[in-house]
This record gives sequence, structure tokens and C-alpha cells, in this order.
Amino acid sequence: MVTFYGTEVQSRLMLGTALYPSPAILEQAFRRSGAGIATVSVRREAGTERAGAAFWDLVRQLGVKVLPNTAGCHSVREAVTTAQMARELFETNWIKLEVIGHADTLQPDPFGLVEAARILTDDGFEVFPYTTEDIVLADRLLEAGCKVLMPWGAPIGTGLGLTNIYGLRTLRAQFPDVPMVVDAGLGLPSQAAQAMEMGFDAVLLNTAVAKAGDPAAMAEGFARAVEAGRLAYEADPMEPRDMAAPSTPLIGKAFLE
Amino acid sequence: MSADVTIFGAGVAGLCVATELVARGIELRLVDPQPSPGAHACSWWAGGMLAPFCEGESAEEPVVRLGQEAAGWWQAQGVDVSHEGSLVVALGRDRSELDRFARRTERHERLDRVTLAEKEPQLEGRFDRALFFPDEAHIAPRAALAHLRQRLDDRNVPVLERADDVGGLVIDCRGLAARDVLSDLRGVKGEMAVLRAPDIDLRRPVRLLHPRHPLYIVPRGDGVFMLGATQIESGERHRATLRSVTELFSAAYALHPAFGEAEILEIGVDARPAFPDNLPRIRRWGDTILVNGLFRHGFLLAPALARMVADLVLDGKIPEVMDEDHGER
Repeated sequence: MVTFYGTEVQSRLMLGTALYPSPAILEQAFRRSGAGIATVSVRREAGTERAGAAFWDLVRQLGVKVLPNTAGCHSVREAVTTAQMARELFETNWIKLEVIGHADTLQPDPFGLVEAARILTDDGFEVFPYTTEDIVLADRLLEAGCKVLMPWGAPIGTGLGLTNIYGLRTLRAQFPDVPMVVDAGLGLPSQAAQAMEMGFDAVLLNTAVAKAGDPAAMAEGFARAVEAGRLAYEADPMEPRDMAAPSTPLIGKAFLE
Repeated sequence: MSADVTIFGAGVAGLCVATELVARGIELRLVDPQPSPGAHACSWWAGGMLAPFCEGESAEEPVVRLGQEAAGWWQAQGVDVSHEGSLVVALGRDRSELDRFARRTERHERLDRVTLAEKEPQLEGRFDRALFFPDEAHIAPRAALAHLRQRLDDRNVPVLERADDVGGLVIDCRGLAARDVLSDLRGVKGEMAVLRAPDIDLRRPVRLLHPRHPLYIVPRGDGVFMLGATQIESGERHRATLRSVTELFSAAYALHPAFGEAEILEIGVDARPAFPDNLPRIRRWGDTILVNGLFRHGFLLAPALARMVADLVLDGKIPEVMDEDHGER
């Protein structure tokens, strides 16, 4: 159980809804993984006559909490407008805020992100900012009113895993009470498990599942990894050490240490 | 007049079903508010690739299997079918996409720089690896639609703008317009462009893999190329966006810089009819048979669906893509 903006969610796995071979396979991935939150992009589908309605209905029918996002927005204004549209479409104050700063790597624009986050929280939104592992930026986002952070593992769609472990560890340690979701860049369940072992509250991914040969199976793989990683974190893992430490005393040896 | 059978919809599905039924001796009439093939039908904007193996990368097994009937069927109708195979390439840093594509598909050969240049001399030096699918083909969709329509005219099949006296068997091939009776049908928007690039000579369709903007280019002859296609979860049938068109054009330019000099002949947009699994369906409700959900596989799957409809009408054979129990009406 994890809580975002006062809403409890059963699963610590969040899945995107783009790039699946078909909506039917998308649904299977959700069912098999038990993912608790679905992110959905409203920007590209937005038409003049609620043209994306059929797909959004399919997403609503998944029976999970919907977290609309501003994927593909490159400016503050665009992101804010998209968020407002998303609020009407999905009747939720939740918004995963993406302000893209670099078209090729899809790296967040930290300056635009903070500005958009401030505008949206002032407008009553509950903002989930897609950010980097930068702790100064994290601080600014919290100041702007965000109560959840979504640091990247690696750039969107790369599947590289956690590319800056040190940075993510520092971020987690600096803001121990802020719910944090590692978002983007995860390619394998082991990487999701690693993020959860480090104490992140949830993970969000899309491409790794949607583009797998068997998306539903991969979604289940991620769900199990997330559970395993969380259990490990809660179980207080041992500290690694340089020397072997036999778990049974060596008979016949005196106290050599 | 009344016929045994009335087919609603004269897009690729309706025309193929009509052609197949007429060939098997059924008297029928075809009804469409716009009875000549044109921009109102989403098949007008199709790529015309008969590429079942490539489609297997993202489509489910029936598409690959049933799609293998297509090239032979179109050829048997007298449509000009190019049996040149198809090519799949990826730009430098997206090369891993090519391996993934190869793993997911069958009946392909790997080409290197030299063997690719033998197939498509103009791509020499642009890609050091490619996949070649020798068993695939392509057709010119608009010519194919016109051809089927003409042959129905030649056989005196009535093509009407409306029919008030509907009796007998009805076959509903209206595509996305059938959303009025099919609540699980949705539109998937696609944008395409037609270019004239006389400096470029390609013999066969080329797919350019890209994690975000995959693209294909189909040669139409005389230096004309069809560039397709976006795939957006939206039923919108108009409004090609600058973003989509930019993506298409950038990808074409990346495939070959000479596309930079191409003349833009046309930018098209429509929505493909699709069911939630993106697979086609035949449904029967009393005296109505519905054929729909061909998604991006109109020209690839319409022949197999037409055969199944004919088997159903003539022999009572239940098609594999029929969901008879579907209660909705």
C-alpha cells in the first residue's frame, strides 16, 4: 500500500498505456500485473470532438486510478493547458507533469517544470513532476507545492535502468518522507527491484512492458520484482562487507578477530 | 429491384466481399452514399503493402497467416501486384530495433551493405544492415479499388447511393461508420503523405524503424511515393497535425536526403476501424453479417475476410474470426 496525495493505492507498480500492440493486450498487462495506476497521454489524442474518447474509455475500464500526463509538452503553457484538459477529461486533480527540455533525449526542462508545477498546484492540481535526480530541483519542486516526485531512472524509452545510483540514493536520503516514483528508463524487472530496494515508493514504466514480445508476461515480471524489492527494503537488508563472514562459527578456530 | 444480398459500404472490405460473392455466383447490390472509391473511405489512404510477415512484428498470428492470401487474391482479380518483397532498415543508433524486429518476424533474410545495394542501389552506403522479406508484395490501393469497382460495373452489379427496401441478407462493411451498431469499434487516426521525388528510385516498400516514429515508404511508380503512417488513438478523421507531418517528413529525409527535394503532392488523414485487439471480426445478427475492424490491414486481410464471408453465405461455414455469441445489437 502506498499513498499519493492522500489516496491509497494497492500496487507499487504504475504502467503507461502507450505503444501496446492493441488495447486488448494493454488490458491483459494490467490484469496480470495488478498495476494500480495507469498513466495516459492526452496531448496527441486531443482532438476537436473528443476524438480520443474510445481509447480513454478503454483506459477508464481498466478499473485502476488514472494519472493523466502531459507527455510531449515542450513548454509551460502547453503543459498547463494539457493538464487543464486532462482534469476535465478524467475528472481528477492528479497530473503527471512532463515539460520536455530536449526533443531528442526527452530530458525534462527543470526551469519550465518548476514554473508549470507552481501554476498547477496554485490551480488545485496534485502534481507528479517527471524530474531528474537533481536534489536542488527536487527542493524547488517541493517548494512549488509538489508532494510527490518522479525522478527518472534513465531517459524515456532507453531501458538502461538506474544510470545514476549515487544521485538517486542522495535524492532518496535527502527527502525521506516524500513519496517518490522512479519513472522512465527501466528496461528489466531487476532494475525495478533495485529501485524498490533503495526505498523508492513505486516505479512507473511503459516501453519495457508494451514493447516486450509478451507484454502481459513482462508486466507480471515487473509486478513481482517490485514486490520483491519492496519486501527487501522493508526487511532491512544486510550491509555489504568486503570480507567473507561465515554464517556458522568455524569449529576449532579460536577468536581470530 | 431486390437482390439476394445487399452490401453496405464500398471501401476495400465491401468491394472485396462483393467481388468474391459475385465470383461465386451470388446476385448482389452494393450500397454506399459515395459509390465511387475516394477520399471518404479510409482505404483510399492506405499504403497497400501486402506484408504479413513484417506486420507480425506487432500484429497477432491471424494477421500473419491470413495476410498470406492477399497477394495471390489481388493478382487473381487482375490487379497489378509488385512481388518485390520489402525492406526494413534502421538508422545507426536505433540498430537494436532491427534485431528486435528480426526476432519477432519470420521469412526474412539479412542483408549487409553490399547485398542491400544490389537490391536498392540508391540506399548504398546509407545503411550497413537491413532485413529483406522476399515473399512480400505491394499494390497501388486506389488503382486496386477502382479496378474492383470497374469489374463489378462490368458484371452489372448495381451500385446505389441508398437502399430503402432492404430485404434478404445484409452485409455491413461500413468501416468506422458502423460504430452506430458496434460499440466496441474505435478509430485509430493515421496521417500520410504522397510525395513526388523523381531523383529517388526504390523498387519496394522500405520500413524505417524508430522507437518513436516508425515509418514506411511505398513506391507508387513514376517517382511518386506514399509515406505513412502515424497511429494515434483517436477517431478523428481530419486535421493532419504539423507534429505528425514533421515526423513523417523527417523520417523520410533520414531514409534518403534526396527526399528533401520532394514535391508534396498530398497530405492525408483518416481513422482506421479497429476492435480492442486490433483483429478483424465477422459478426452475424439474424440476416445481417458485419465485417469490420480491419485496422491497418485492409488490403492485407480483406481477401481472407471476403473468402470467409462467401463460405459463410454459401456453405454455412463458420469463419474463424466470427464471434457469434456477441450479444450486442
